[in-house]
Amino acid sequence: MTPLATLVRAPIDPIALVRAASSPGNGAVILFLGAVRQVNDGRDVTGIDYAAYEGMALRELQAIVDEGATRFGTPDVIVEHRLGELAVEDISVGIAVGHPHRDMAYAVSRWVIEELKRRVPIWKREHYTDGTREWVDPSGHVSVGSPR
Amino acid sequence: MTVTVLLFASYAEALGASSLAVEVAGDATVADVISNVRAHPGADRLPPMPLVAVNQQYADAHAPVRDGDEVALIPPVAGG
Repeated sequence: MTPLATLVRAPIDPIALVRAASSPGNGAVILFLGAVRQVNDGRDVTGIDYAAYEGMALRELQAIVDEGATRFGTPDVIVEHRLGELAVEDISVGIAVGHPHRDMAYAVSRWVIEELKRRVPIWKREHYTDGTREWVDPSGHVSVGSPR
Repeated sequence: MTVTVLLFASYAEALGASSLAVEVAGDATVADVISNVRAHPGADRLPPMPLVAVNQQYADAHAPVRDGDEVALIPPVAGG
């Protein structure tokens, strides 16, 4: 498999990701799943919608898996990020990595999610039990344009 | 010349639009495009120097822009 990044609107299939990252030479396959959490910053969340600058997000994601593959020496780096409306417990992102050895497999998986969170133009708007919605700003500043 | 400014998420809400056609001088930079955007209603809710991408690549304030470029204002990203 070559490193592969995709943006999807349908539910993520973790087993398909694992298959894509598996090969006869891989002694370790790591699957990371990000899921929608019910409580964030003390507020009850009912769902999230994910939006993206799709062209650039896909380019950045592909650049990350390509770079990860080169850095850690495995072509088997697969990432899939979901967009649209998700409910609590839905999978928002799946990362599967295959490597001959587990140490490196864990390292690639961790590296990919941290890079994704740092530079891929994807945003999420949380929906709360009181009916309000707010764009999440992980930088900790008060978000703009959101009704309080 | 004209560039297309793309707005997303909280920035799109702040300005009430997902894109703007912006007129700038021929030797304009990203900073000039941002100054122009600041004249639009709601732009006071943008941070002093938002993250920017020109034609889908992150760019700094001094980067030149060309006619027809796509200049995206990138709110703090929150993927994953």
